[in-house]
Amino acid sequence: MAIRKASRTRLIGALTAATVALALGACGGGDSDDVASDGTVTLEFAQWWAPELPDGSFDKIINEFQTANPTIKVKLLSGPYASTKQQLVTGAASKTLPDVVGLDGAWVNDFAKQGAIADLTELMGDAGYDASQLASQIQLEGKTYMIPVVNFVYPLFVNQDLLTKAGVTKVPSTRTEFADAAKKITATGGNVKGWALPLDTAVPNGIQNDVMSWLWASGGSMLADGKPALTTPQVKSVVEYVKSLNDAGVIAEGSLTMKEQDKVEKFTTGQVGMMIDSLAHINLVKENAPDLKFAIAPVPAEDGFTGKRGIPYASWGIGVANSSKHKAEAFKLVQFLMDAKANAELATLANGFPGNKTAKPDFSKSDPMFEEAFKIYQEGFPANEFVGLPKSEDLMRSFDEQLQLVLTGKSSVDDALSKSQDSWSSVIE
Amino acid sequence: MTSLTVEKPPPAEPEAPTRTKNTLAKRLVPWGYLSPTVVLIVLLMVVPIVMVISYSFRDNVIVQENSVFAGFANYTEVLTDPDFLAALKNTFIFITVSMVAHLLLGLGFAMMLNSGMLGGVTKAIFRVVYVLPWLFTIAVIAVIWRLLLDPSGVVNYVLQTLGVISDGVNWLGDPGSALWVVTFVNIWSGYPFFMISLLAGLQGIPGELYEAASVDGANPWQKFWNVTIPQLRPVIISMAVLDLIWTSQQFALIWMMTGGGPLNSTEMLSTFTYKLAFSEYEFATASASAVIVLLLTMILAFFYVRQQRER
Repeated sequence: MAIRKASRTRLIGALTAATVALALGACGGGDSDDVASDGTVTLEFAQWWAPELPDGSFDKIINEFQTANPTIKVKLLSGPYASTKQQLVTGAASKTLPDVVGLDGAWVNDFAKQGAIADLTELMGDAGYDASQLASQIQLEGKTYMIPVVNFVYPLFVNQDLLTKAGVTKVPSTRTEFADAAKKITATGGNVKGWALPLDTAVPNGIQNDVMSWLWASGGSMLADGKPALTTPQVKSVVEYVKSLNDAGVIAEGSLTMKEQDKVEKFTTGQVGMMIDSLAHINLVKENAPDLKFAIAPVPAEDGFTGKRGIPYASWGIGVANSSKHKAEAFKLVQFLMDAKANAELATLANGFPGNKTAKPDFSKSDPMFEEAFKIYQEGFPANEFVGLPKSEDLMRSFDEQLQLVLTGKSSVDDALSKSQDSWSSVIE
Repeated sequence: MTSLTVEKPPPAEPEAPTRTKNTLAKRLVPWGYLSPTVVLIVLLMVVPIVMVISYSFRDNVIVQENSVFAGFANYTEVLTDPDFLAALKNTFIFITVSMVAHLLLGLGFAMMLNSGMLGGVTKAIFRVVYVLPWLFTIAVIAVIWRLLLDPSGVVNYVLQTLGVISDGVNWLGDPGSALWVVTFVNIWSGYPFFMISLLAGLQGIPGELYEAASVDGANPWQKFWNVTIPQLRPVIISMAVLDLIWTSQQFALIWMMTGGGPLNSTEMLSTFTYKLAFSEYEFATASASAVIVLLLTMILAFFYVRQQRER
């Protein structure tokens, strides 16, 4: 009996284990229960915004949406930018994107071509939405796939103490003035350099923010009729200018592996006099260096340039997954976040500029620099030609590698631009 | 003894079906217990590996709906890519130098901690100090060393103050030094594991062997070569092969310190594959690259398993 009992116990144990195994196997499939018995729909919203906003502030905005739409619940999937990107890339590939997704303009082309994100033009039409209030829309072949919710511009940051110490009385407005100021700041010695240029290839956004910004500031373009145009005199003059700054020794050392955060750190600690950086970092710089006197200005343009200056920007964009079963509800969330009131609230919290033209961010409690930056933003135009391009990070990286060859004297400017042109042409059809 | 004679075996005929049932149940029991592990292995290992292998033989995978069979074209493309060959060379240098240095440092420190020359307190302090790098996560290690190695960082300051160098060195930004610097950081972060394992091995060597060697007139060097090393050989070989496998998978440290740059001088097979997949969205060639890495790793794993069997 004892033996039989032991056998039975073993068998029961084994059956339990097998049941667990079957349950594990079943975990992989099946839809999530996103519609409750009372008809309430649960939307998943993946973004990197919540971690970058003050604690709990994004949840508050989402709660406002839920109160206004009692039949819709929103489940926030929040993570850092890099991991959000990886999750969305794999989600897009496996058609398992959350219903609503935070998007960077650099991802739109690839996601849209995969059919992973929905045509918002159609959803706007279905909802009777007035798109004229939107500051911009990211489109592909005439269809909108992303709406920028909050924009962050990248002006020139200038350490006024270093500028004064170097004997420069005016914040540089032209390339010549910038080079002159950078040389004078470098000449003050003590490991201080004029400019920081992050060219790390892991996240090659330095090409967009710190290099191409010189081109856009002078009204130039790296594209012609949507095709790469990197061998033009305008682009060449930018690369030659960056090279001349490098040859003059005014760029902080280590730029070939420097990351954006290193650049901000060097500016904050007074190791560089000038940098081109996101407005979102004003508070960070002030927090870490309360005594640092700095100003912001438009990115310097070519000497004699009188046109409107393009100012680089990055966006917190929003889109809807094509695989979502609740596109109409998902668009209601988009619509809510683009509403003048909520959008202004979000822009104020994020220290960015609203994606709704009629939204007025509240600068009363912000640093006066944000109001100043808003004027710069309004006087120029937001420029970021990488938005909407296919494999844009790869385009930046291939240009970055060629620029690194130029700066290390291993390639001429013409060769580098010609190779970049070939590389880009194989990507941008 | 008496109980054996009292309890008669049950009649054979009526028990036959029960025995069959019992036999079947007995056979199923181990599989039942194994089933969660088998399911997990199939779901988390076999399925992804098979998927990646199938992707490597197709084109337009993942990002397009209609993938096409491409034969070995992806493998040809990867194996003839100069960047892949450079990454292969860098990975070889990185893993072999790291493994040799891990072994030498680990053995040296382990012998020091095992020697009778140091007191108990001193040994405890050294033990804590030596094991410290192992306690940091890779992200922290990358951030710390990036700060230390900054052109205007502590390392340059100390070396300049000591008169070792006259001008600040651009450790990570110079294509000539970057690979050696990341290898150094990897050595720093990984030697404690060797040290701990070898220390355990050293403590398992019977003292009689050294006494016998002393009786035979062996000097310390001869004891080391003829007693210590042969006794540690199984641990050394296991650790070396495992270290080669682990280091070949190292991604986070390289990605966070240099991103494979400058000028691809620190590009490894792992960063090369990652860029193909998540920057270029070339999942088919990325899969081919991953399969090549898998095959290379399997060669190392084969040696490891064979060595373990021999033990």
